Amino acid sequence: MTLECKNVWEHISEYLDQQLDPKLLTDIEKHLENCEVCSAILDSTRNILVLTADDRTYELPVGYSERLHTRLEKVIREKGPSENESA
Amino acid sequence: MPATVEREKELIARIIAGETNLFHELIRPYERMVYLSILTMVRNQQEAEDGAQEVMINAFRHLKSFRGDAKFSTWLVTIAMNEARQRLRKAKAAQLESLDEGKEDREGDFTPAVLTDWREIPSEALEKKEIRQKLREAVEQLPPLYREVLVLRDLEELNQEETASALGIKVTLVKVRLHRARMMLQKMLAPYLITATPARKGFFGRMFQ
Repeated sequence: MTLECKNVWEHISEYLDQQLDPKLLTDIEKHLENCEVCSAILDSTRNILVLTADDRTYELPVGYSERLHTRLEKVIREKGPSENESA
Repeated sequence: MPATVEREKELIARIIAGETNLFHELIRPYERMVYLSILTMVRNQQEAEDGAQEVMINAFRHLKSFRGDAKFSTWLVTIAMNEARQRLRKAKAAQLESLDEGKEDREGDFTPAVLTDWREIPSEALEKKEIRQKLREAVEQLPPLYREVLVLRDLEELNQEETASALGIKVTLVKVRLHRARMMLQKMLAPYLITATPARKGFFGRMFQ
């Protein structure tokens, strides 16, 4: 079956997550081999996801961890989890 | 690295039994995940930090109700997303964006940005700080329903089932929303990616002769 570009676009997400059934996957890969537009869309989307997961894209504020554990320490000292079961 | 499931179970049992100081160790691998889950939803650093602290405190106080049938990380991120949604609801902006729009869950009818003169973002472009800034801005612009799915799947890298469980929605809905979120990002970011990338028509010309 020959796929049109817009049929390929509908499946880009599943393609990237490797969730396509084998038949559709074959058709899409055949289309991608011959369609630079769809290949570019696929590559750009994949690269965006690589960037999203990259640790440098989102950074923690300086001192975040220290402040978190300091606050937790106060709560932990006040009462243990076993004393507050029904909360 | 997160502790193994077995190690976590042991830690949790010991914390509940009274070694409460071990809670610090239990949550350390997830500090980043909890903060970023909230940050990407509320879009404010101070709110996100306050929220992350509340989440960890809540997790400590309710640790006994963690059943162990889900992963501890999923349980924690569920609490984080609830905290984020609560804070979003409180914020004025949330009223405009509405968390309850169901009609956006149609699949298809999405046209990505069409690019013809580049194939891949070269690694130098991916290294640029501006691209990361643009990406953060683009994520912020996604409607919350799509943003929360994208954040859990593509930033926190939870699997579909964990994402569905953390958000209280079906896996099919996770897939639909994720696809749309990714396509929205592609559309928003493509122009910046092009300007960051020299055209390589010659390369394509040769390739498709």
